[in-house]
Amino acid sequence: MARPRRRDVLGAMALALGGVPLRGRAAIINGALPWMPDKTSPPPKITESGWRYFTNDEAATVEALVDRLIPPDPETPGGKDAGCAVFIDRQLAGPYGHSEGLYTQGPFHPGTKEQGPQSPDDPAKHYRKALAALDEHCRKAEGGKRFSELDDAAKDKVIAGLEDGSIDLGDEKGSFFKQLLKDTQQGFFADPIYGGNKDMAGWKMIGFPGARYDYRDWVDRHNEKFPLPPIGIADHPDWKEG
Amino acid sequence: MALASGVALGDNTGQDFSQIERGRYLAAAGDCAGCHTKPGGKNFAGGLPVATPFGIVISPNITPDRETGIGLWSNDDFVRAMTEGIRRDGANLYPAMPYVYYTKATRDDVLAIRAYLNTVPAVDNGVKADQLPFPLSVRTDMAAWNKLYFTPGEFQPISNKNAEWNRGAYLVEGLMHCGACHTPKNFAGGDEKGRPLQGYALQGWFAPDLTTDDRRGIGSWSAGDLAAYLKTGHNRFSAATGPMADVVTHSTSKMTDADLHAVATYLKDQAPPNEKAPQPVAASDPAMKMGAAIYADECSACHTPNGKGIANLFPSLAGSPNVQSTDPTSAIRIVLAGTQSVATDRAPTAPAMPAFGDTLDNREVAAVLTYIRNAWGNAAPLVSAGDIARHRDSLAKGDE
Amino acid sequence: MPQKLPPKDVAIIGLGWTGSILAYELADAGLDVVAVERGPWRDTATDFPPSYAPDELRYRIRHELFLRPAQVSLTFRNNANQTALPVRDWGAFMLGNGAGGAGVHWNAETWRFLPSDFVVKSHLTQRYGAKFLPDDMTIQDWGVSYDELEPYYDRFEYLCGTSGTAGNLKGSIQPGGNPFEGPRSRPYPTPAQRQPFSHTLFAKAAAELGYKPFPQPSGNLSRAYTNPLGVEMGPCTYCGFCEWFGCANYSKASPQTTILPALFRKPNFTARTDCEVTKINLDRSGKHATGITFVDSSGEEWEQPAELVMLCGFQLWNVQLLMLSGIGQIYDPNTGEGQIGRNFSHQTISTALGFFDKSKFNFNPFIASGAIGMCIDEFNGDNFDHGPHGFVGGGYMGQVQSNGRPMEFTDAVPAGTPAWGAKWKQAMRDNYLSTVYAGTGVHGSCYSYRQNHLDLDPTYKDRFGRPLVRMTMDFHENELKMNAFLTDIYAEIIKAMGANRVDKRPRKGPYDVTKYQTSHLCGGAIMGSNPKESALNKYLQSWDVPNLFVQGATAFPQNAGYNPTGTVGALAYWSAKAIREQYLKSPGPLVDA
Repeated sequence: MARPRRRDVLGAMALALGGVPLRGRAAIINGALPWMPDKTSPPPKITESGWRYFTNDEAATVEALVDRLIPPDPETPGGKDAGCAVFIDRQLAGPYGHSEGLYTQGPFHPGTKEQGPQSPDDPAKHYRKALAALDEHCRKAEGGKRFSELDDAAKDKVIAGLEDGSIDLGDEKGSFFKQLLKDTQQGFFADPIYGGNKDMAGWKMIGFPGARYDYRDWVDRHNEKFPLPPIGIADHPDWKEG
Repeated sequence: MALASGVALGDNTGQDFSQIERGRYLAAAGDCAGCHTKPGGKNFAGGLPVATPFGIVISPNITPDRETGIGLWSNDDFVRAMTEGIRRDGANLYPAMPYVYYTKATRDDVLAIRAYLNTVPAVDNGVKADQLPFPLSVRTDMAAWNKLYFTPGEFQPISNKNAEWNRGAYLVEGLMHCGACHTPKNFAGGDEKGRPLQGYALQGWFAPDLTTDDRRGIGSWSAGDLAAYLKTGHNRFSAATGPMADVVTHSTSKMTDADLHAVATYLKDQAPPNEKAPQPVAASDPAMKMGAAIYADECSACHTPNGKGIANLFPSLAGSPNVQSTDPTSAIRIVLAGTQSVATDRAPTAPAMPAFGDTLDNREVAAVLTYIRNAWGNAAPLVSAGDIARHRDSLAKGDE
Repeated sequence: MPQKLPPKDVAIIGLGWTGSILAYELADAGLDVVAVERGPWRDTATDFPPSYAPDELRYRIRHELFLRPAQVSLTFRNNANQTALPVRDWGAFMLGNGAGGAGVHWNAETWRFLPSDFVVKSHLTQRYGAKFLPDDMTIQDWGVSYDELEPYYDRFEYLCGTSGTAGNLKGSIQPGGNPFEGPRSRPYPTPAQRQPFSHTLFAKAAAELGYKPFPQPSGNLSRAYTNPLGVEMGPCTYCGFCEWFGCANYSKASPQTTILPALFRKPNFTARTDCEVTKINLDRSGKHATGITFVDSSGEEWEQPAELVMLCGFQLWNVQLLMLSGIGQIYDPNTGEGQIGRNFSHQTISTALGFFDKSKFNFNPFIASGAIGMCIDEFNGDNFDHGPHGFVGGGYMGQVQSNGRPMEFTDAVPAGTPAWGAKWKQAMRDNYLSTVYAGTGVHGSCYSYRQNHLDLDPTYKDRFGRPLVRMTMDFHENELKMNAFLTDIYAEIIKAMGANRVDKRPRKGPYDVTKYQTSHLCGGAIMGSNPKESALNKYLQSWDVPNLFVQGATAFPQNAGYNPTGTVGALAYWSAKAIREQYLKSPGPLVDA
């Protein structure tokens, strides 16, 4: 006849034998390695369209920016089509945008380069202010046009001004450019599950096979091109029947 | 060689140390605590809900407490309960209590268990009544059930088998009650005659075939592999998990190497069912192709590209009875919800299989299972997305 | 008032490498042990399974496995003339958090220090004269010798299953190994890992230049292994997601894969996770610890009385907790007095990028492991004559490239390439597969100086309102000279591999807290033979509070040219043995002050 469901009872008791949780998440663990069935935390795949943080105007500016930081070419899409702006939008709407987990206590004083950024603004706020300042700058300096309305050469000139700090956005000199460039490149190379690197375009461009976990057969195959296409955490073009 | 070691029979009021220690050992072999000790509860104080195909039976308190335990029971009362399934008050026990198997134990061994139980602290713990639906709630019905499915009587050695084989048979058919999970059951929950140890699904797991079938059973395991598995929960092919992890923890890991080898000797002599091996699903099958791709991305970093795994760490899927069992319940469950293998003193690692229920959809789980059931020389029926959906539902409901 | 818990024999603060080792050893001795860990429980199958472990954004960029600065951070300045400001996000180093500590996310480079490293002050003084050392350099001998530690290096390596090729077996130099290493009593437990293309090219070029290349000792195992505790590890699959990541297939040595499974079987061991220790409590004499106070994740405060306290956190937090508990005297760089916070050091690393002809070289940089690599040791420690060079110290160098993760490659373009635009994009496309880019190609020592120290910040507080630790740190000329010299040699080897172009990236001052340069922070409560100049005796026992032992690189008087974890593990076993065999028999100071 059937045996008791000791195992399941255990599972339901959270942290195993003698697992009397204190309060909150704190736990007392004794007697066995804690383990629970059915518990994983994969990142959710970004599929919805629309903007979560940016206004439509901001989004247009960011799409124009990322498409110059990583311009399209015949082989590989640019930052816009690769989803870098979507990536940044979702990141700013999430923990990164709000400096979650960072040390955000004051007082705030400007420091040396070696001491690192000291701004009280989180990335979301930084983008909002800097994007407004950028459009303001363009309207004044570029005959009333918004950044996204400029031609490529003019856009590049503006970006160069952001890079060398000659265009003042009211923040730490050059800091918006640095943040934007880093976020854009990350959007180009992060797992596509986060909304950028669409169709693994960034990975295909350089030859990175993505979220693979076993190259034992390849360590010794020196100077050979790895033949398999990239895969993402939730992007598996070869998972099809037939 | 005697089946039970030749210790002088002591009475249950005495403190015959060797008898008590033998009883402790036999209680472990019989896994009494598996049902009579609630996780986190007092030893042998009962109160654990035991799922049966017909409802919940609450295990009773078997400590020497005079009110709520078995302190007032005579030796004969105890032997009668163990070997005939009859309570001190004359009522029939439900066969959740495996007297159907315990009946094979010698009186000497049963009394040793009693002597041991007399030494555990008495616990005042009255347990709730059983929760079986009518008419099963009427215990007198069990008399009829017994007539049909219960053959009382002590184990009789087979004269043309050696002592080791007979010791193994005595343990497997008796105290260890392996058939309680591993033998197919009929509609009334009785063992299907003629199909001993050929595997049975219960509690959301499939207790695999323990015969020497090469594919679904333990045909490819040596006696040493079997003994190692029972002792440590791990061997070069496999790892104990699910309900078997509890059996290893509370019972087989505490048994002597000699007894485990005897068990292995007996099991290695169990003829496989006379069934034709299934044709493997063709590698060209669409599900197989998809499954192969999923396996390469999600599974091979642990189970290795050839499915052989890593001894004592990542189970071999090639040749695995759990993978190839006709009923894929265990494999589905392990892929969807993950599982942790057992930890023992000799094999403490307890490697765990991650849950894939959040990252693979039903079609993908079905494809990868179909693949591992039919790659590397394996062969077993195709698993469908519908099968996965059903298991997902019942896992979510907690039915399994 | 904190709620008082029943007393324990031992309270361990932090369940990383040293906490796990001490917990196992002391529970094994029969003591009732509790470990209190600030972070959560971490489990391979739950926290970093193969299906989503290889996620550069989540683990590398967003620091999933690390302590959060919001929990506790530090302040930093280069010198006493500056105002220290808080480190708002991690940069120069990464702080572990949770069960397993930094042992979950490390690369698993498992080195031993040189015999001369343990007596560096007397060795250098004897060889070059006292005047050869800079005036403000405060290096010290350790008070423990390589020979004393050797059996414990061995124990740690056999715990981890370290893959490597012995270079010196009981004094006999072995082909293919590091001929400069101290004598080891037996070979590595597992053979060296296989090496990818660029790593073998480095070895070939180095050998042709007359050096003796050898495989880096690796805790990413070349094959499956069962350690002496019966814990099983799998073979490394060369996935290239090692450092900053948890290993999904039990093939990287970590407390989880080597010791916690055996530790948790001990009924006399208990762990409390998500509980942060706020204080080591002392009796009225101030010379005896009575236990610890901790706060659980709901904010409830608990007092855990204990006979013995093991401080097993990360270097910075060990020093902070000593200061906040009033143990020892905080070091004052102006007077040179005080022991807590002195001799703070880090690591001096650099690299050189080799750009190769992409039509002839395809390195597949993503095929790698955390501690893979071919190295040379000719320029480490005092393996070469420093006389002509005017600096002391050194490091190993090698092609130790551990990954090809693209976000870490965005600067792997030839110097002069624009940081953005079509040219950057083309440079990425052209160079990714044919560039040699080891983050720590040159891995050098960082000696200690009078001015580099830790104390408490006067302004900034952690979430409990306790002062943050303040780091005053800068590179000194000795280290920068040493690094420039080594980087030049490294670049020559990369060139000899056949690179078209080599871009040197030597370490430059000032010390920058935003730039990653290993997490090997050392010192602050150092071991030694003199209680005036050290906080701990040779067994890591506090001079001031003899029932307190402080584990980890906190005890290093200065940092050698190797990764520290092998030495951290060896010291933990060495200290545990002294506690088991000496202290428990006769509690009290193991060395007379």
